[in-house]
Amino acid sequence: MTTVPQTAASPQTPDRGIPWGRVLLWLAIAFTVIFSLAPVLWQVLTSFKTNAAITQAPVVYLPGFDQLTLTHYVDLFRLNQFHVYMLNSALVAIVSTVLCLALGSPAAYALARLRIPGEQAILAIVLVVTLFPYILLFLGLLELVRAFGLANNYLALIVPYTAINLPLTILVMRSFFQQLPKDLEDSARVDGYNTVQMLWRIVLPMTLPALVTTGILAFIFAWNEYLFALTFMTRESMKTIPVAAAQLGGTTLFEVPYGPLAAATVVGTLPLVLLVLFFQRRIVQGLTSGSVKG
Amino acid sequence: MSKDYIRQREQRTGWLLMLPALLVLLLVYAFPILRAFWLSFFTENLSTNLEPVFSGLDNYELMVGDGRFWQSMRNTAVFTLFTLVFELGLGLIIALTLDQAFRGRGLARTIAILPWALPTALIALAWRWIFNTEFGVWNDMLMRLHLIGNPVNWLGEPFWAMVAVIAADVWKTTSFVAILLLAGLQSISQDLYEAHALDGASPWQSFRQITLPLIAPQIVIAMLFRFAQSFGIFDLIQVMTGGGPGGATETVSIYIYAAVMRYLDFGYGAALVTVTFLVLVAVVAVSWLYISRLRAKTE
Repeated sequence: MTTVPQTAASPQTPDRGIPWGRVLLWLAIAFTVIFSLAPVLWQVLTSFKTNAAITQAPVVYLPGFDQLTLTHYVDLFRLNQFHVYMLNSALVAIVSTVLCLALGSPAAYALARLRIPGEQAILAIVLVVTLFPYILLFLGLLELVRAFGLANNYLALIVPYTAINLPLTILVMRSFFQQLPKDLEDSARVDGYNTVQMLWRIVLPMTLPALVTTGILAFIFAWNEYLFALTFMTRESMKTIPVAAAQLGGTTLFEVPYGPLAAATVVGTLPLVLLVLFFQRRIVQGLTSGSVKG
Repeated sequence: MSKDYIRQREQRTGWLLMLPALLVLLLVYAFPILRAFWLSFFTENLSTNLEPVFSGLDNYELMVGDGRFWQSMRNTAVFTLFTLVFELGLGLIIALTLDQAFRGRGLARTIAILPWALPTALIALAWRWIFNTEFGVWNDMLMRLHLIGNPVNWLGEPFWAMVAVIAADVWKTTSFVAILLLAGLQSISQDLYEAHALDGASPWQSFRQITLPLIAPQIVIAMLFRFAQSFGIFDLIQVMTGGGPGGATETVSIYIYAAVMRYLDFGYGAALVTVTFLVLVAVVAVSWLYISRLRAKTE
């Protein structure tokens, strides 16, 4: 438990009257919570309001029962194919996450345990690479996608998503492997396992928690990616959620469909909200040990 | 088996374990950057029927006289500077808050990382709706508080559009900064503060003399990553304003995307990518040097 001097009443001050430290703290907490939640909640509320209530001035903050509706959600799945977009997003994100863990953890192990010449240089490169914005990659990747005829193919997203999550995976998994007791591996060697056998039978089972942590982060980054999905997937049936939702706003010139847009935002963010609710600790832990990307 | 042999075998295994990951990284990171560098010396657009024709430094010469490029660089600089300042300030406040002991702290932390985890493109939709002129909740609140008399066209006025995209980005990524800083705060021992307080230091003094110096590494790392991401911002602006109105929020990324996808000018797009890459690397390298010199001085 830590208390920061700013807001905590220091031990010497006699507690008289209003505890200003506590008041300030609760104001700060209220600010944090409202700041983080308000825009999301507003979108949720909008998604349940009828069109009439949405376009009413002044703004309706507490809609009555007759001003609430589910039609925006129904429309998403009936008029637009949001189930298809959801499936696309899920498939691309899950496959790339698994691939990323499968390729990244062995590399992380090698960097953590085996003495390899040029290890520092490789680590430095991996770190620097995490700084590259995707826009620097998209032109070259577009050419690759065309050369291999991969437009509107899941691979066009799976490969880049695997790659953009590899640096994070390598950094997080490496710091995890470094914390593992080395005795286990040594005794496995004494028992006659070679490196690969030892990794598979001894190290992997112990690695599961770290794999879950890294996997959640990789999934989030893959689910959220926009630029590659926008560029490489032009066919309607191949689009992912962020792209499909964003283009919903651009379809009609005169009447912007605020309700469906809000519903699309809610549908597309829901899986991530659930992930955060259940895995808050792991996400924080992964982010700080890999400390990458915003 | 000799020691050398074991060592060699270990190295070989190590390289084999790293090989697949390194290959993917080469394909997705190294190739595009090198390819852009190479292609930037060619003209490849509609005038050449999309065939690459060697043209030396033509693309770079074009860029020097391209007002839109300089405008996009200015916009990127403004966007990056303001988002970083606000994210660091707000991130620090939130981190200090979440570091306190209070009931419901776990829940508050969960809520605080939510903005970071949500898809930027969808968040941009949410903010576009909030800043809507006619029905937007932001105008409504300001008018109820009598801070403005008439609705402001947030995304339609050049100045306010920049303010709006900066606000949306600050909302989205402050939580990332807060998470990193919070980790730094948690690693500071409580004894330090107690000893300092016994010496008669005020809370503000211990914040300046203990907290800030000890979380400096986290601040540096957070700002480094935020700088790179802000500098390359794409999805948020593309969805909120598309770079408009009249290019007022067009950052380098948005311009690169337009050059390639709308004008089909691959050579020029490649030159833009190359310059953006070099600027990014230069800024990171210079700030890194500056920081390590600063560190050497204080030690």
